[in-house]
Amino acid sequence: MSKLNKSVIHFFLIIASVISLFPFVWMLIGMTNTSSDIVKGKFSFGSSFSDNVSHLFGSTNLGQAFWNSALIAVVGTLLTLLLSSIAGYGFEIYRTKGKDRLFGILMLSMMMPFAAIMIPLFRMFSKFGILNTPVAVILPTITTAFMIFFFMQNTKSFPRELLQAGRVDGLGELRLFTKVYMPTMKPTYAAAAIITFMSNWNNFLWPLIALQSQDKKTLPLIVSSLASSYNPDYGMIMVSIVITTLPTVLIFFLLQKQFVQGMLGSVK
Amino acid sequence: MEKKWNKSTIAGWQFVLWPSLIIMLFSFYPMIQSLLLSFQSGKGTVYSFVGLKNYVRLFSDPMFRQAVSNTLLYLVIQVPIMLFLGLIIAYFLNMPGLRFKGFYRTAIFLPCVTSLVSYAVLFKSIFSVDGILNRMLMSIHLVSEPVGWLTDPLWARIVIILAITWRWTGYNMIFYLSAMQNIDPSVYEAASIDGASKTRQFFSITTPMLKPIILFTAIISTNGTLQLFDEVVNITNGGPGNSTMTISNYIYNLSFVYTPNFGYAATVSYAIVIMVAVLAFLQLKVGGEKD
Repeated sequence: MSKLNKSVIHFFLIIASVISLFPFVWMLIGMTNTSSDIVKGKFSFGSSFSDNVSHLFGSTNLGQAFWNSALIAVVGTLLTLLLSSIAGYGFEIYRTKGKDRLFGILMLSMMMPFAAIMIPLFRMFSKFGILNTPVAVILPTITTAFMIFFFMQNTKSFPRELLQAGRVDGLGELRLFTKVYMPTMKPTYAAAAIITFMSNWNNFLWPLIALQSQDKKTLPLIVSSLASSYNPDYGMIMVSIVITTLPTVLIFFLLQKQFVQGMLGSVK
Repeated sequence: MEKKWNKSTIAGWQFVLWPSLIIMLFSFYPMIQSLLLSFQSGKGTVYSFVGLKNYVRLFSDPMFRQAVSNTLLYLVIQVPIMLFLGLIIAYFLNMPGLRFKGFYRTAIFLPCVTSLVSYAVLFKSIFSVDGILNRMLMSIHLVSEPVGWLTDPLWARIVIILAITWRWTGYNMIFYLSAMQNIDPSVYEAASIDGASKTRQFFSITTPMLKPIILFTAIISTNGTLQLFDEVVNITNGGPGNSTMTISNYIYNLSFVYTPNFGYAATVSYAIVIMVAVLAFLQLKVGGEKD
């Protein structure tokens, strides 16, 4: 490759990187500035960080929102992992024509737009009387055809001899799943956990519909309502964005490999 | 084949039973409900069948037409730009001997871990009239007065497109990069010996070999764009004057912002269902053809 070509490529990638990183820098700088400085586009660190933090915690119940988000994301992820892996295991290990057909039908749900599902879900949950609870937010996410597919794909490389060995040792079918399959598939679970956690943590539309009272709201709902208020205080909005973004950025940097595996796991 | 209802067959069905029922209950059942609802009209809990009335209304509803044309505009312009950008970046990052690869890859991928709401609000503040972007553009004399990014209908649409591209290009890039790493390097060596330029190699080797994964990303991006909601609500809230409103945005407003009309909202939602199905079918048809 010629030198010129190489510098053109570097130039292009540097521009792309700067554009990608700019909003992150902007959010960190904004966190330390007053709302009027942010709106005026001040691009240097200020001294309003502690004011912004105290305004934010004074005017919203952010601690509660963080807890709500964490509870929904963690419980939702655990249930998704359990149910989707059981199904993925069942569809792949006990493969029959009938199950393949059933799975083919389940796959159709991936093409169903959420906007077409949300109104009946809203009416159904209001009939059950569980609207405005974390349960309402979690329930529709606990099994997805996508996650079942993800576990099926990864189960293809699972060494089946282990199951035979377990059967010889007298383990029942359920025991084989919990004692043999689950421990062996730890990396798959880790990858699935990360992408599920992220999508639960960042979920917006369904919580927006399912949760009404202020004390039940999750972080994205708080950020959105702060930003859409008549006279938004961008100083505290920036702090709330940093708090919302920090957990997912941390997970990404700590578990980058599993994260990417989780993303790519279904197209192997 | 002989059918044996032994322990193992029963166990197999037990494993898949509950998760399948849950998907049936929370996806298929609501889909059917909303199809039924699309033929009904009413308020509160009292709904009655009105036949095709909602569907007739659809065709004379200017707001629906606006929402569909906005959504299709995002789709037709944004998805190809984003996929092409992702492909080029992946191609560069896959070049042997390029320095700072790890940094570029991480930086370009990082937008994917932000929540849609958070980055949307960040974009809103960056693109505000007195905001940082206008200030920077004015300081380098690229524009003489502030651009009304979010107050001008055309610019507002462009901002939405830029925002989605910012968030998802790195996501697609990772898929391409991993697929490119599976291409045997000797293919490129052979092409180089035959005198094919890098540009030629990109179009004649890389792109065709990545066809299945490009098809995959095209389908998920199309699906995502047709359901676009979070960004539009948080950057422009559909404005100015509904010029950025998407179909999901309109359905939400019909159900929860205006006087609730679940029947008509369900009808509008079936417009997305049909679009998703038709576009996925077309993409599979075009992309799946044997060369």
